[in-house]
Amino acid sequence: MHENFQTSDMVLQINGISKKFDEKTVLHDVSLQVKKGETICLLGPSGCGKSTLLRCINWLETPDAGSIHVTGVRMGVRDNGVVKMNDQDLSQMRARIGMVFQSFALWPHLSVLDNVMLSPIHVQKRDKKTVREEAMLLLQKVGLQDHFAQFPAKLSGGQKQRVGIARALAMKPEVLLLDEPTSALDPMLVGEVLSVIQSLAQEQVTMVIVTHEMQFAKQVSTRVVFMDQGHVVETATPDQFFSHPATEKAQKFLTRFHGLNH
Amino acid sequence: MHDFLIIWAHIDLVFTGLINTLILIVLAGVMSILLGLILTPLLVGSNKALATMVQCYVDAMRCVPFLLFVYLIYFGLPTLGLRLSSWTAGALALVLYNTAYMAELLRGAWLELPPSILESGRSFGFTGWGLLRHIMVTPMLIRALPMIGNQLIQILKDSAFLTVIAVKELTHELNGIQSTYFIPFAAFLTALILYWIICILMEMVMGSFEQFAVLRRP
Repeated sequence: MHENFQTSDMVLQINGISKKFDEKTVLHDVSLQVKKGETICLLGPSGCGKSTLLRCINWLETPDAGSIHVTGVRMGVRDNGVVKMNDQDLSQMRARIGMVFQSFALWPHLSVLDNVMLSPIHVQKRDKKTVREEAMLLLQKVGLQDHFAQFPAKLSGGQKQRVGIARALAMKPEVLLLDEPTSALDPMLVGEVLSVIQSLAQEQVTMVIVTHEMQFAKQVSTRVVFMDQGHVVETATPDQFFSHPATEKAQKFLTRFHGLNH
Repeated sequence: MHDFLIIWAHIDLVFTGLINTLILIVLAGVMSILLGLILTPLLVGSNKALATMVQCYVDAMRCVPFLLFVYLIYFGLPTLGLRLSSWTAGALALVLYNTAYMAELLRGAWLELPPSILESGRSFGFTGWGLLRHIMVTPMLIRALPMIGNQLIQILKDSAFLTVIAVKELTHELNGIQSTYFIPFAAFLTALILYWIICILMEMVMGSFEQFAVLRRP
């Protein structure tokens, strides 16, 4: 079992991930370790590879090189990377990683409650009654318990994204990945989603968040990872990063954001 | 009016034809949608050899006149040692022919769905049949609903061709009455009105699905 190393409370171990699309290298030898209870914010200009990195973690994209371990179990491949994981194992691995999408990606034919219940019942084969009780609690947590019978088409963007978060939490994931969770929202609706994520951070739900909300990243994250052109350029605490960015690229990036905000 | 009284006197034959037509369209409708749903993921799937095979079948059906296809199944297959009753041959022809159309229009619906539906299904651990059954089928059917409605009407009209192999459907029975008593106008008009009524009923059924679909539209 030399490939499945469990190092204390490491939830996510990303080692030297590279990814090319055609000739363009999108991720360049990216490494990142996430401990249990951490909230990591991935920052960086558009097209820097943040979203691709998240998509590699749950194998929606297959990295060309490197390895990813989720709570010590190697993702996507078996036997030290020689054999592709079978569908069954990959499915069980994915079920341990919660994903929240920029475009919400709710299932339009299912009610809010059924969206939340579907994967625990059919992928994790858990008891329907228990799942239903938990789903209602999660909907209460995101403030949507009264909307449980509605269909996604009837909800606002902010409500859809809160359902998206409840749906991901219903799997009891080891880590929650959020891919620009507020980028598709009207400015008026951003706050309600961010405050849900903030409360998860306080409960120490392990999260990796791709975001362009700098103020939010500053408040919520335990660590900030700054990426540019497929490289991890800087990893720091939010205080360090926002007041004394170490690299020139990060300084430029932050200046541009300050420019936009004032 | 006298002509219509003759038809009334043979209402049992009309009824036989009506029932057979209804059974044929329900059977062919349900089977072609189910088989179409099975073929669609193969058409859009990553297995190129399988996709090409299914595509060949779909293209062949779309280019062959239905009448010729019926002849092939009923008169041609016995040459290969497969002799079917006219009813079985007719039903088989309707199912095989329309499955191709259903697969093609469901493929279109699949490609029009937001990719995020499939992607979120994958990332929540759904694969294979589970992904198809729980995530894709309903949005696909909802998206394809108007086209499925049209195709069902096409099945109804195609079913009239089955008179050439003596399937006792509506056209066949009323043609029988008209040739016995030489009352073509009354007989064919009766058939036409009955087809029209079936058509209206089908549209009502599709309309009730539309109410289901409107809330769940992808």
